[in-house]
Amino acid sequence: MKVAGLIFAVVLAVMSGPVAWAVQPDEVLKDPALEARARALGRDLRCLVCQNQSIDDSDADLARDLRLLLRQRLLAGDSDDQARQYLVDRYGDYVLLRPPFKATTLVLWLGPGGLLLGGIWAAVVFYRRRAASAAPQTALSEAEQVRVKRLLSNDREG
Amino acid sequence: MMRRWTTFVPFAVFAVLVAFFGWRLVLITRGDAPNLIPSVMIDKPAPGFDLPPLVLDRPGAASDALSGKVTLINFFSSWCIPCRAEHPLLVDMMNRDGVKGRLRLVGIDYKDKPEDGRGWLARLGDPYDALGMDRDGRVGIDFGVYGVPESYLIDRQGRIRYKQVGPFTPEDIQEKLLPLLAELSK
Repeated sequence: MKVAGLIFAVVLAVMSGPVAWAVQPDEVLKDPALEARARALGRDLRCLVCQNQSIDDSDADLARDLRLLLRQRLLAGDSDDQARQYLVDRYGDYVLLRPPFKATTLVLWLGPGGLLLGGIWAAVVFYRRRAASAAPQTALSEAEQVRVKRLLSNDREG
Repeated sequence: MMRRWTTFVPFAVFAVLVAFFGWRLVLITRGDAPNLIPSVMIDKPAPGFDLPPLVLDRPGAASDALSGKVTLINFFSSWCIPCRAEHPLLVDMMNRDGVKGRLRLVGIDYKDKPEDGRGWLARLGDPYDALGMDRDGRVGIDFGVYGVPESYLIDRQGRIRYKQVGPFTPEDIQEKLLPLLAELSK
């Protein structure tokens, strides 16, 4: 049981921590407030070589260059938006891990919600129509009741 | 029973999807790779740069010296394997009739040791009109480079007109670069 406990602790420790920071000690800014802004920005900037990691997560050379560049921009007095825009001007919206909301990304942002609403609408229409077609049933006529009885009693005998 | 129009909605959706995927397939067979990242730099002025020379007795690479002639800026590096495949094609291209007169080839040695870059040129030939060193890769970032080799064709007014991601193939040179050069040098 001790071994199982140890394994569990290791797994928990690995899974709960911030995964694989690639930011090196020599990159970290002296001013903790600026460094915090750089981290917040870096989390949402794509490493263009690895494509699905942020620059903070990636060990790629280009990611390191971009981290250093980002910190230089912040030291030079750029706002968060200006620093981000500096990279967007060179690498396009692709460098942002969160795509911006604009005309070319409408389908991306609204598509899933639109599909869900369309599905709900289709389901509502379908069940309403089924309910409507089931409604006009009337009670059995006398002749039908007699026939049901006869069939049921036949069944019991046979 | 009369069919309602909604009966046909799934078929219509299916037809739209088939048309969309078919269109993408046609584009991909014509060479449009879905994993290529479109450059935002196309048709924009080339970023300014002034890089120290790689070869000591020759000038470096500077954006001021770009006007008047169509320029191909080629980011390469001695540690870059695809560059090794591309280099002889550039040497061959610059030796063709009429290319040298119309095209200025600027090499930027990207994140490389200068002695390695010079060794590369000594071994493989030097087709470049100007050579600069971008040791920290900052000029590369200004151009939007994310891997070497990458090349940018710049017109006589200094605007970027074409970006080659990855090495040129003989087909790229023949079918894209040279026709564009002819058009831009008119």
